[in-house]
Amino acid sequence: MGERCAVIGVGQTRYTTKRQDVSMPGLVREAALAALEDAGLTFKDIDAVVIGKAPDLFEGVMMPEAFLADALGAAGKPMMRVHTAGSVGGSTALVGASLIQAGVHERVLVVAYEKQSESNATWALSTHLPFNASLVVGAGGYFAPHIREYIRRSGAPEHIGTLVAVKDRLNALKNPYAHLRIPGINRQMVESTPMLWEPIRYLETCPSSDGACAMVLAAETKVTGTPAWVHGAAMRSEPIFRAGRDTVNPQGGKDCAADVYAQAGVSDPRRDLDVAEVYVPFSWYEPMWLENLGFAAEGEGWKLTESGATALDGDIPWNASGGVLSSNPIGASGLIRFAEAAQQVRGQAGEHQVDGARLALGHAYGGGAQFFAMWIVGGRKP
Amino acid sequence: MREVAIVAFAQTRHTLTDTGLSEPELLLPVLDEVRERTGLRRFGFTCSGSCDYLAGAPFSFVSALDALGAWPPISESHVEMDAAWALYEAWVRLQHGDVDTALVYGFGKSTLGDLRSIATLQLDPYYLAPLGLDQLSLAGLQAAALGAPQAELDEIVRRSRTDGLANPHAPDLPLEGDAPPVTDGAAAVVLAAGEAARELCARPAYLTGLAHRIEPHYLGMRDLARSASAADAARAAGVGKGHVDVAELHACFAHEELILRRALDLPPETVVNPSGGPLAANPVMATGLIRLGEAARRIHDGDATRVVGHAAGGPCLQHNLVAVMEAGHG
Repeated sequence: MGERCAVIGVGQTRYTTKRQDVSMPGLVREAALAALEDAGLTFKDIDAVVIGKAPDLFEGVMMPEAFLADALGAAGKPMMRVHTAGSVGGSTALVGASLIQAGVHERVLVVAYEKQSESNATWALSTHLPFNASLVVGAGGYFAPHIREYIRRSGAPEHIGTLVAVKDRLNALKNPYAHLRIPGINRQMVESTPMLWEPIRYLETCPSSDGACAMVLAAETKVTGTPAWVHGAAMRSEPIFRAGRDTVNPQGGKDCAADVYAQAGVSDPRRDLDVAEVYVPFSWYEPMWLENLGFAAEGEGWKLTESGATALDGDIPWNASGGVLSSNPIGASGLIRFAEAAQQVRGQAGEHQVDGARLALGHAYGGGAQFFAMWIVGGRKP
Repeated sequence: MREVAIVAFAQTRHTLTDTGLSEPELLLPVLDEVRERTGLRRFGFTCSGSCDYLAGAPFSFVSALDALGAWPPISESHVEMDAAWALYEAWVRLQHGDVDTALVYGFGKSTLGDLRSIATLQLDPYYLAPLGLDQLSLAGLQAAALGAPQAELDEIVRRSRTDGLANPHAPDLPLEGDAPPVTDGAAAVVLAAGEAARELCARPAYLTGLAHRIEPHYLGMRDLARSASAADAARAAGVGKGHVDVAELHACFAHEELILRRALDLPPETVVNPSGGPLAANPVMATGLIRLGEAARRIHDGDATRVVGHAAGGPCLQHNLVAVMEAGHG
């Protein structure tokens, strides 16, 4: 793991369908300035900038880091652009942390964004590589069969997805940055929305958001304010077309979790962690990832959700911020998970703070459930 | 910093036309070659560079994992940049000390679309892209800012293309012209740290300096006749701390070579782009990594003891990476 690394500043924009009041440079700069202000620093104090976002087709700008360099104060500095599909926000944090853990830099600004209103994400996801068949399905169409297979295997009752959709949106009402803040959200409301991709209803899917998130990461000697220390960091990838892989409970996710838990000394995630921000873009991914990440035995994840254990007042709150189901600027969604985990252990999560949170998991996944990025942060120095 | 070296390098025979191979098919032989050369099947870290816009579809890097056979799952990341920056990320990762080897690769099929126009989409979408400045127009602006004699520029192209004819990986091209070819290709590099470097390679090319810097995007903010970011990166990498036998520069146009030679402050005796450079073969997203690989190869082969590899990104050399490699440092 190398040198110690800590989060010393977090900045988020509010997430919404269209941020027509700002350009892309304006959007990323808003998050970056908020993170710098939180850390009590300015662009001058930053050694390097790492930026991440999902496919460039989402905005129609190829390799946009080039034109965003100015707005992020990167001129004269090293700048990296990360792209690992939906997990990219998490990977961006990990690449930034890696620069500190390697001893290469002392203060790194990491930023991730998506301005989905510039284009159409489902269209952008449905074009295909030359020589490959197009699925023309977008993300929901791709993941729905995996969810159906999960339900078949586990025998989970059909209302589990609804419970997650309600729980995360109730949490979102406590998060001022959240995109979907739906007063009076309840099961009946979710169940009355149209079926998009069986068994995913409209309110069981994530929104398309504009937004950006930023963090200032620091080496131990440069830590100021209230830090969130990185206790573990890991990435895993597996091939999308390998015949033998289990897309419902992917090996890459299990391996990544095992790696990050070992680094952080976590033996039982449900007991040892206080809160988790996990990439759940479709409601059913909560029970699926509860199992994949070892919070529940295989086939038992839905029971944890049903029992209320993952609610804000449960014993292991998942997505206290409202999660991806409530805000989804895709390329930033992973970084928001990592940042919200940091805010929890810094005691700065506001109204959705989990009391006394000491150790938190940030998680992101992407591609065909094949890319995984995770970190564990804690208030105590590792 | 931990000692890290390039211990293996392989590249495709780059082509001027689409040969019908998919990206994973292009990549597989190159991955096999570096795996065979090092005897490694698993690496502590893997990182790649590619660009969705060349394929015109999202996630161009996803299918590369199938070529890699990433099973059991691997620790892996990707940059939407030239793979030279993937090498940088891998070098950083090796500094942590818990893993000793890394696989880096880059690939691109730029013959599939209109590369000159596609590059326009890299410009600021609000103020620059609508002007329709393509890659050649941008190069023209920079060449005009430098104002080098045409004969000097022509000679660089002639030299590069002549060297390219002797490079089995470069396509045969006429000795005249002013633009880099539009090329398909892929390349892979293996990095190893400490003892592993000595075990895997008889003459490892030790990365004694590696740095990169970006500049403002807008051309009006820069002195196009100079490259401040290349000069900064070269200073940070320590190019001037010793002799330079060979420099492989990511100069897609003759005037870029002149700008970079000056920015890196290369001595006159340094041999520049003996492979022919990007003017001889330009598989976008791998071109920069190939510069580092070609430079390392001179050390592997015993032809050089200190070399420089350079990679560039963004319009008119906006972003520059400089690597210094030395023999027998271990």
